[in-house]
Amino acid sequence: MIGMAGNRGLMGSYGVVVALMLVILFGWLRYDNFLSPFNVMSVLRYNSMFALVALGMCFVIMTEGIDLSVGANAAMSSVVAAHASHYGLVPGLAAGVGAGLVVGLLNGLIVTRLKIMPFIATLATMLAAGGMALLLSGNQSIPVSYATSFTWLGQGNLFGLPVPALIAAVAYVIGSVILNRTSAGRTVLAIGGNEEATRMMGLPVERTLMVTYIACGGLAGLAGVILAAQFGAGQPIEGKGWELFAIASVVVGGTLLTGGVGSVGATLAGVLLLGVLFTILNFENGKGWISLSAYWQSVIRGFFLLVVVLFQARLARKHAAQPAVSAT
Amino acid sequence: MTQPPLLRIDNLHKRFGGTVALDGAEIEVAPGEVHALVGQNGAGKSTLIKILTGFIPGDDGEITFEGAPFSVGSPQAAQAAGISTIYQEINLVPTLSVTENICLGREIRRRGLLDWRGMRAEAERLLAKFNMSIDVSRPLSDFSTATQQMIAIARAIGFSARLVIMDEPTSSLDEREAAVLFDVIRGLRDEGVSVIFVSHKLDELYEVCDRVTIMRDGRTIRACAMAEIGKLDLVSTMLGREISRSGGRTTAFAGDHDHDVGDTILSAEGLKDGAHVRDVHFSVRKGEIVGFAGLLGAGRTETAKLVFGAARPEGGEIRFDGAGFAPQTPADAINAGIGFCTEDRKVEGIVPDMSIAENMMLALMPKLARAGILDEKRQARIVEKFIASLGIKCAGPGQKIRELSGGNQQKVLLGRWLAMSPRLLILDEPTRGIDVGAKAEIQKLVNTLADDGLAVLMISSELEEVSEGADRVFVLREGLTVAELTNGEINEERILAAMAHGGGEPSVAEA
Repeated sequence: MIGMAGNRGLMGSYGVVVALMLVILFGWLRYDNFLSPFNVMSVLRYNSMFALVALGMCFVIMTEGIDLSVGANAAMSSVVAAHASHYGLVPGLAAGVGAGLVVGLLNGLIVTRLKIMPFIATLATMLAAGGMALLLSGNQSIPVSYATSFTWLGQGNLFGLPVPALIAAVAYVIGSVILNRTSAGRTVLAIGGNEEATRMMGLPVERTLMVTYIACGGLAGLAGVILAAQFGAGQPIEGKGWELFAIASVVVGGTLLTGGVGSVGATLAGVLLLGVLFTILNFENGKGWISLSAYWQSVIRGFFLLVVVLFQARLARKHAAQPAVSAT
Repeated sequence: MTQPPLLRIDNLHKRFGGTVALDGAEIEVAPGEVHALVGQNGAGKSTLIKILTGFIPGDDGEITFEGAPFSVGSPQAAQAAGISTIYQEINLVPTLSVTENICLGREIRRRGLLDWRGMRAEAERLLAKFNMSIDVSRPLSDFSTATQQMIAIARAIGFSARLVIMDEPTSSLDEREAAVLFDVIRGLRDEGVSVIFVSHKLDELYEVCDRVTIMRDGRTIRACAMAEIGKLDLVSTMLGREISRSGGRTTAFAGDHDHDVGDTILSAEGLKDGAHVRDVHFSVRKGEIVGFAGLLGAGRTETAKLVFGAARPEGGEIRFDGAGFAPQTPADAINAGIGFCTEDRKVEGIVPDMSIAENMMLALMPKLARAGILDEKRQARIVEKFIASLGIKCAGPGQKIRELSGGNQQKVLLGRWLAMSPRLLILDEPTRGIDVGAKAEIQKLVNTLADDGLAVLMISSELEEVSEGADRVFVLREGLTVAELTNGEINEERILAAMAHGGGEPSVAEA
């Protein structure tokens, strides 16, 4: 098991993967078209935005931090990308990601230089980015250019798979390599495990935190680009609640909010679990037996989240309760 | 010594605000030498180490390492320059694997990525030096404290250090584990690596160290070969007591010990808890001041915490007021009538931003509240009373406690416990960090309390405070009660002798 996150992370990922498979099995048995190519593709296409945001959040949470600004950041970046999309795909992409990076940079500076708690720091940038999104859009959806190939980023296919899903997949592979195979990734876990000790060990704490927040902002920006490309417009108010969805996915994936333990793969499973659950609720509505409003769906998802997190916590406790052994 | 020293520190100074931490400290360490660095709390050892390892800059002075002027701005730089440090508190990351804890900071890479197989082999190779073979891919938190300490040492050695600083590395090790550590230290010495070894356990120093530097009040008092200095000499140099010292009182304690001493209120036999408390016995009577003497790490505070329910003993018996006593929590001890003024005011005592009144009433709150509502008037009356009787200098009960001087803060804490009308008061270093005038006032106060019939257990590292203040003194040494001195026998020489040799009178514990 060389190179895997700690045992606790593994325990956590079993839980979420099992839950994901059970939910898919349930959907497959109950609904006719649940595993139809169309449905699978659209679930992947839609949830890739959340996957990108959750990936950044996963790293931030592993440092025992939090980033509340990702939702507002994605909204703002979608507006910026929509404006820039008229110059082409690359300018649109660069502008959106760049806007996200700026927010991430701000977060990093506030947390590492001004020593403000991440919760407060990113709450402030969340408000600022949210306001900026409305300013830049005049409180309107900003249509993207259909003359350029920009919308391909959200609506296109490559090798028969949705482009956004491929982008997310690449991001997760890179994230997993960074976490498991680079010292920067291990330093992220070390900071969350014991920041002071990490400093004492001579590892670059501030620099790593800085890069983590910048990357998280950049990924939110990328999600914003895909949002604009997928729906054909920059959406100044769309990102609301994304940060909570991302935190929920990360936690469901067994990453501890207390930092130091985490898994990129399990975070992806967490995103998919919540996404598939949402789809099931839609299918259930489609069957006509019950008619759940969006509000009720939200309530049910919250309840389900609680159940999964309780299940994770039980697993983690069971592991922690094992007696410590001295092997001298 | 014919070869030039590996490390030489000259005339090092450091101030923190108004307080002088280092006032011309010196140390010289030869290559391949195990060098003991000793001194009381506040002698400046940790400040010196922090400057050497790049945590804080020095104000003035000269450091030469490997023949060149040396100055580092960060722990990374010190590590890179060949100075590794093992701290007393294990400074590793519990959630990471053993491999990572050993290798992070000098990872083995292959094609830019971490080479887990290589790092694992490296971790296993280093641990093999300690005859340890463990599953290095498991998280650190799976292992015992002693194993973790060994892992910390393996990490330090892995940095191919020229100098390894060990700050009380044995404080969490048992004797067998410490013996393994000493073998490792000797192995390092044979490889030409120098070690600075900080410890309060005298026997260890004599077992493993070649030379010693003794610090006091931020200055280097003496440096010599271990063989040239006896234990008694070492302890008295460290504490700054001349062995043949003429009389003359230096504390405000009444000299005649005329408290009306009553029946035994607290007694303990065969107390045992981990490595710090191995076999401690003592007793306190009503109206008596009992002193706990001993070097740092002798187990005094740990014993007090057992009595106060802040830790539970592994063995032994405590009797309070004639009955068996096994407090599970501090609340149990408080309800039984025991107060505990802790050693570290700032961490365990005061709540800096709360008022004097609130700080004083914290422990009493459960008793003052009726159905959860505090009786403000009664509270104010009690606070006013203690401010007057303890002579707390303040603007009023509403003043924030952090605005008070150390001495007045200590009086507020005394008031906190006295307000509970305790029958036994434990004072841990009651006058540490307090100016001379306030010190005398607090000593007088303790005396008066004992005259009024309160039983006092006083832990103090200041010899004169124990020898002049206490009616009876128990000397602790490495977790054992090694001497009990009563009124006529109490003097600094006897206390020093017991601290150094474990003598005084034969102890049951050493049978």
